[in-house]
Amino acid sequence: MLCDECGRNEAVIHIVQAGPNGRTEHNLCEECASHYSDLILPYSGRNKDMSMNDFLKGVFSAEEPQKIEQEAPNDEPDALVCPNCGMSYEDFQHTGKIGCSVCYQTFRRELFPLLRRIHGASSHRGKIPHRSGSALERKQHIARLREELKRTIEQEEYERAAELRDEIRALELKEQEGGGADGTV
Amino acid sequence: MGLSDLIRESTLPWLSGAGEYGDVVLGSRIRLARNFQRIPFPGRADLNQLATTRLMVERILPGIAKTLGTSFIVADMEKLPKLSRSVLVEKQYISAKFTKNPQHRVAFVSNDERMSILVNEEDHLRIQCMAPGLALEDSYELASRFDDLVEEKLDIAFDEKMGYLTSCPTNLGTGLRASVILHLPGLVFTKNIQNIVNISPQLGLAIRPIYGDAKESFGNIFLLSNQLTLGFSEAELIANLKTAAKEIVSHERQARKALSLYMKERLEDEVYRSYGTLRYARLLSEREALSLLSKVRLGVDLRMMETPTAKDFGRMLVRMGDSYLRNLAENENLSKNEIERLRAQKVREILLEKAPRPQSEPIEDI
Ligand SMILES: [Zn+2]
Ligand SMILES: [Zn+2]
Repeated sequence: MLCDECGRNEAVIHIVQAGPNGRTEHNLCEECASHYSDLILPYSGRNKDMSMNDFLKGVFSAEEPQKIEQEAPNDEPDALVCPNCGMSYEDFQHTGKIGCSVCYQTFRRELFPLLRRIHGASSHRGKIPHRSGSALERKQHIARLREELKRTIEQEEYERAAELRDEIRALELKEQEGGGADGTV
Repeated sequence: MGLSDLIRESTLPWLSGAGEYGDVVLGSRIRLARNFQRIPFPGRADLNQLATTRLMVERILPGIAKTLGTSFIVADMEKLPKLSRSVLVEKQYISAKFTKNPQHRVAFVSNDERMSILVNEEDHLRIQCMAPGLALEDSYELASRFDDLVEEKLDIAFDEKMGYLTSCPTNLGTGLRASVILHLPGLVFTKNIQNIVNISPQLGLAIRPIYGDAKESFGNIFLLSNQLTLGFSEAELIANLKTAAKEIVSHERQARKALSLYMKERLEDEVYRSYGTLRYARLLSEREALSLLSKVRLGVDLRMMETPTAKDFGRMLVRMGDSYLRNLAENENLSKNEIERLRAQKVREILLEKAPRPQSEPIEDI
């Protein structure tokens, strides 16, 4: 790669700056870089960092209570109580910690908007417990294949798309035959 | 290897300096959070429920150890003296939170120290795997294997839509926290570290200094981890972290190169002065020692000097810890001055092991 500044010599120094105006990159040769002592020392520690705690505070400070109410107009989420551990939704809002696995069922509807705010998503796409999840694993597998199918069609890779369609059909057939077909329970 | 060795040793396998990208990435860590169905999470459980969880894990652990071909050292927080607990926190086998309420909090550290299983931390089970250098995939595979073996015997709290259910919704989904520990003197000295800090949240990552706080840190050692856990597969989260880590490594190397090209003399001077201070100082605060050690390591990485090796760097890091030193002296109430003296001595010992000693140098008195 040639130097951005003089365009003649090989660039040996690569500097990325993420300033208020976005990300800029400089590739400089030794000679040009030596004129840029302030590029090598470009920042004087402006404190713009966001710690995990600030991030969490932002997430939990209930800035969208009206939205939650709109989604569940007849419920009062604060009054919800988990039948297993006795935790109320209000407790959760105070501590930011869930009480038990059953709480997740109890506060399900209230939690989804929150999850979207924290993670930008509300659907698990990762590992699934094998023992309880063989049917689930298949479902997730099918969902992934469908995504890929959509992509291949968009990119006009019809041969691959046909393969994927067959694979999906076979899996769906298995699903209709009942969960334990592959030997796991 | 037993519990007392685990506490006393200063050579940690995951800080051995080996592994890929070892000039910048000191180590990698994977943590999986798992809970059992119905039993309240530790923060909400009573003593009976905490004991139940503990018993459930203790029952299946021997079988898991056998399958994995390892054995586990048991660190029972209730039985362990406070000082020993702090040493384990310093060595990152357990968290500080884990020591606060010791009842039924037990850590199981595998014999090779690659795995540390915490029972009744924030979640019922925290599976941690550590390795030197950039080695996230291997560590994840091991953690996931352990998870599989637990799941064969016990009912894990899981939801189709929300994934693995955790005490804090920020861990929901995969329950995965993948981290790398980075030594970034180049980016700190060239004042580029703030760029990395600013960009990280956009990449779904968080970076924080290990020593000191966000305002003022020392030692130039940082922890980079994934911030999101839901909506991505484990492989995607790990690949994202790995890509970012590699990019930071290349920036760090560039910065070091820039420093050694344009500030060669000053840098050399700083490196050798730091070495001299570490080698001869009689009192060292943790802060000073870490800053000096970082510069010496930079000098070694830039081949200005051959020793201390990366492995010695890891050993010195451990030996600088307040709790490590207090434990070594078997005195919880060591004065500040005594700690600083002992720290200087312990650091010096390592430098003396390998330093080529010129004829004219006076003989060490300790
Ligand atoms: Zn140029
Ligand atoms: Zn509950």
